[in-house]
Amino acid sequence: MASAGVSSLVVAVLRRDLSAAARRGSEWSNPLVFFIMVCALFPLGIGPQPERLAELAPGILWVVALLASLLASDSVFRGDYDDATLEQMLLSHQPLYPQVIAKTIAHWLLSGLPLSLLSPLLGVLLHLPMAGMGALMASLALGSAVLSFIGAIGAALTVGLRKGGLLLSLIILPLYIPVLIFGSSAVKAAVEAGPYLPQLAMLGVFFLLALALAPLAICGALRISVDQ
Amino acid sequence: MYFDSLGDFLAMDGHGPYVWFCYGVTAVVLGGLLWEARRRRQSAEQAVRTVVRRKQASTGKE
Amino acid sequence: MSIWTTFHKWGSPRWFYQFSGRLLPYLAGLSLLLLIGGAVWGLALVPADYKQGNSFRIIYIHVPASAVAMGAYMTMAIAGAIHLIWRMKLAAMVMKAIAPIGASLTFLALLTGAVWGKPTWGTWWVWDARITSVLILFFLYLGVMALHQAFDNRDAAAKACAVLVIVGAVNIPIIYWSVEWWYSLHQPASIRFIGESTIHPSMLRPLMATLSGMYLFFAWAMLLFTRAEILDRERNTRWVQDLVCGVQEQGVK
Repeated sequence: MASAGVSSLVVAVLRRDLSAAARRGSEWSNPLVFFIMVCALFPLGIGPQPERLAELAPGILWVVALLASLLASDSVFRGDYDDATLEQMLLSHQPLYPQVIAKTIAHWLLSGLPLSLLSPLLGVLLHLPMAGMGALMASLALGSAVLSFIGAIGAALTVGLRKGGLLLSLIILPLYIPVLIFGSSAVKAAVEAGPYLPQLAMLGVFFLLALALAPLAICGALRISVDQ
Repeated sequence: MYFDSLGDFLAMDGHGPYVWFCYGVTAVVLGGLLWEARRRRQSAEQAVRTVVRRKQASTGKE
Repeated sequence: MSIWTTFHKWGSPRWFYQFSGRLLPYLAGLSLLLLIGGAVWGLALVPADYKQGNSFRIIYIHVPASAVAMGAYMTMAIAGAIHLIWRMKLAAMVMKAIAPIGASLTFLALLTGAVWGKPTWGTWWVWDARITSVLILFFLYLGVMALHQAFDNRDAAAKACAVLVIVGAVNIPIIYWSVEWWYSLHQPASIRFIGESTIHPSMLRPLMATLSGMYLFFAWAMLLFTRAEILDRERNTRWVQDLVCGVQEQGVK
């Protein structure tokens, strides 16, 4: 009974979040538009030479995807907080832990996954060599899941505050650094025809750590934000 | 004493400005922390005095 | 049993205020003695390094500042955990007190590192693994302070900061290790030859003095900030009012 209850709870929360996002649309499309626009700024800022862009592309794509995911995190709990669904979640006798995981996975499906699916297109625009595309998509898909979990901690801490947006980036960006290091390094290694599986494996380790530990912090932070 | 003269000590073979700047900034930052602690203490004492004055004013009226 | 009575005593702001008051003169005297003595020793008495020249004298403040800044973050995380687990109000005050001190020391470590780099490496800033880690530590401190200021409610601010500080403390080993790994990929060969190995043992003794002096200074400043916070938070209690406005009765000691 208990395990079936938990899995159906996860599915229910996932379905609710995804259908709400599908109705509004902007929630998943805005990070993508941000990703495209900011990537287009770089050639304008540093010049159109293909060699130079190709050299910088792994770093640019990863930093911009990270910022897009960060901006999207602000909304993980915002809507639920505003219409008091969050309070119901905390008061209900259903366990909070699986619901938080479901909400974070929904956020990743709406921000990180589309970013990674779109990234080869922007890789082409920035002259990233074809050899790097697979690593780019794989590292972004895995890395953005970690970013979603870390971002959800920040979102849970700042959801009760009126001006959460900029504060969220201040408290969360330093924690993103290990993901950025290994993600961009995987793409760079793939471009140089080196081994990139170790970096992906490290991202996998980060993902498992985040999956196990981040929901604890998120649950605690949500209780603080709702109680105040 | 490693240096031969006060001039040598201040110059430090050309590294003087770097070394003295670092020690100066350290003194300023550590002193600033103590000063900030003092400022916080004074403003806290001020807050306590306000509470006491308000309490005395309200009991005096009764 | 006795552990619990000690714990409760420590949790009482009043007891802590009186106990720390007795500690302050010793901390102040000893830390100033060690810091000033160590600085004079390191500046004037120790011979210059044969590779770095006199610029190495900066390490007598750079190394203590970075070490204590790191230790301060861990202390803050422990205070945060104590506050969350046992709801001890005093731990929240200690945590709030540490943030500005730790941030100042991190800033000091970054600045002295940059100024040391100019004569030693020929450039103000190098993306060296250790400097980058200290920079990230500085960002973590700034984040904690920004979060604390954003809340109107003191209790919520303390709890939210405690969560953030613990998350940061769990992440710090991962961040340091990642930055170390990242640096090993890009390490420029030209600056490898300067390491701790060139430092002569006699040069380490002043470092021990300034390092312990800095730890004591941190403890001193932490107590001063916490005591101010106690007065501010407990302004409605009788003992604080008697303390600040003069004793009206004999009961206070």
